[in-house]
Amino acid sequence: MRREAPQKIGDYAPLFFPAMMLIVFFVVPFATMIAVSFFQRQQGGFYVPAFELSNYQRFLSLFFANVLGFSLMLAVTVAICCIVLAVPFTYLLTRMARKVQIAWLVALLSVLSLSEVIIGFAWSTLFSRTAGITNLLVMAGIMSEAKALLPSFGAVLTGMVYQAFPYTVLVLYPALVRLDPTLTEAARTLGASPIKAFFTVVVPALRNTITATLIMVFIFALGSYLLPQLLGRPQHWTLSVLITDQAIYQSNMPFAAAMAVFLVLVTLGLVALTVIAGRKGEAA
Amino acid sequence: MTGALSKVYFFLIGLFLALPMIVVAGVSVNAKQTLAFPPKGFSLSWYGEIFLNPEWRNALLASLTLAILSAALAVAIALPLAWFLWRRIAPWANIFQLLGIAPFTLPPVITALGLLTFWATTGFYGQPWTAVVSHAIFFVTLPLVTLSLGFTAIDRSLVEAAATMGADDKTIFRTVVLPLILPYIVSGYAFAFVLSLNEYIVAYMTVGFTMETLPIKIFNALRYGYTPTMASVTILFVATAAVIFSLVARFGDLPKLLGAMSSDDT
Repeated sequence: MRREAPQKIGDYAPLFFPAMMLIVFFVVPFATMIAVSFFQRQQGGFYVPAFELSNYQRFLSLFFANVLGFSLMLAVTVAICCIVLAVPFTYLLTRMARKVQIAWLVALLSVLSLSEVIIGFAWSTLFSRTAGITNLLVMAGIMSEAKALLPSFGAVLTGMVYQAFPYTVLVLYPALVRLDPTLTEAARTLGASPIKAFFTVVVPALRNTITATLIMVFIFALGSYLLPQLLGRPQHWTLSVLITDQAIYQSNMPFAAAMAVFLVLVTLGLVALTVIAGRKGEAA
Repeated sequence: MTGALSKVYFFLIGLFLALPMIVVAGVSVNAKQTLAFPPKGFSLSWYGEIFLNPEWRNALLASLTLAILSAALAVAIALPLAWFLWRRIAPWANIFQLLGIAPFTLPPVITALGLLTFWATTGFYGQPWTAVVSHAIFFVTLPLVTLSLGFTAIDRSLVEAAATMGADDKTIFRTVVLPLILPYIVSGYAFAFVLSLNEYIVAYMTVGFTMETLPIKIFNALRYGYTPTMASVTILFVATAAVIFSLVARFGDLPKLLGAMSSDDT
């Protein structure tokens, strides 16, 4: 059947339920959150309608600037680590037998679906003194006694790369599967080593894909709300952790909402900037 | 890349992915209530604890109920939307596709906080069903993506043939489209189900104070003292996810679902 424009009102029928659900339970909550960000906080966790900018004024502090700077830095670091690990991995994966690919995809999906609570718990166990990896090193005679590897920046970074790596692979996967294999074959025929062919042919051909993936992983990492809290020190808390903390433990909904609005703007702004930069790069 | 080098690389990545689970599996078989690795003694009692201890069992039941219902609702939202977008030319309706993808793309805290303020404002905060709706909206992206992919795979001439023979939209949908799209419905449901089972922040912000799902229970246990049950639940979760995704791979085309071309044209 050819696609046709809807003619009678009845043709719109399938759209009613999804449109209603998405508007009522996504658009309206989003708008509610924006409204609450201007409300005034009352003692005891409640808030009253008002139009205040004070929740936003709190951003103009050194503490907040530090949190924002750290969040962005952490997310960029995670994204770069993931790309560096995942591009060669995904490239090699797409060249493997179908059965092997499927087994890896199942494993990656299983890790990806784990909640941050579980990833945080698993890594805090792995880095702990009593049950951690250092016990294995002690058994092997490499270390003299077990020690805790957390809280630390390294622990936060490892946990977040663990969380984002499967996501990175799955974002890269479609583009890499479609990559024309004759490209590398040509390079190989002309005498390039496999590694050289990878860096001189595959990576440049994927430049736009890699940039787009970098942004997506960056946004994914910005969303991490528990790992910095479970694996790091308070100075490793990110904007997402702070939002959760304000909303739940400090019961300051207006401030949490203001930070959330700010996080959306930062996210969208960075995406827009990168898209513009990418277009300029292509034009040049 | 050179064979041996790539084998080593895959082994290291595999080790990185598996290591936390190996340690957690080790912890989960400790004989006593200690968080030790390598485990001291061997006991499977912490797995029994999930089903025997009423607190963990209730959390498990809450999580399962939430996942079963919210994944069904997510599919119920995604299916008519994907069908409409495939059937009709209505560019403005793409806005709903965007809305369906947004909750999953934005940082989860945003969706969670939006829903928290919404339920608090409307006065339903803490009701169990709000978590079902919240998860359905949060995860609607997954069935929407698999279903859109499924629809593009349908040969339009099949549907045209049915229309020429006089079938109306409803009949076409039931007799032609639905059987073709069924594998994508199942995989979309499976993705939403597994992720809902694992989800923490949206569940916590909507019903965290009135009921405990398994991730909430694990988080609370993490704050108020360790028990190896947390480890056994984690292993149960990983195993469940692996089994469900293996089934999807067994009965569907996993590489294709993840965006690769179908297996016959590669």
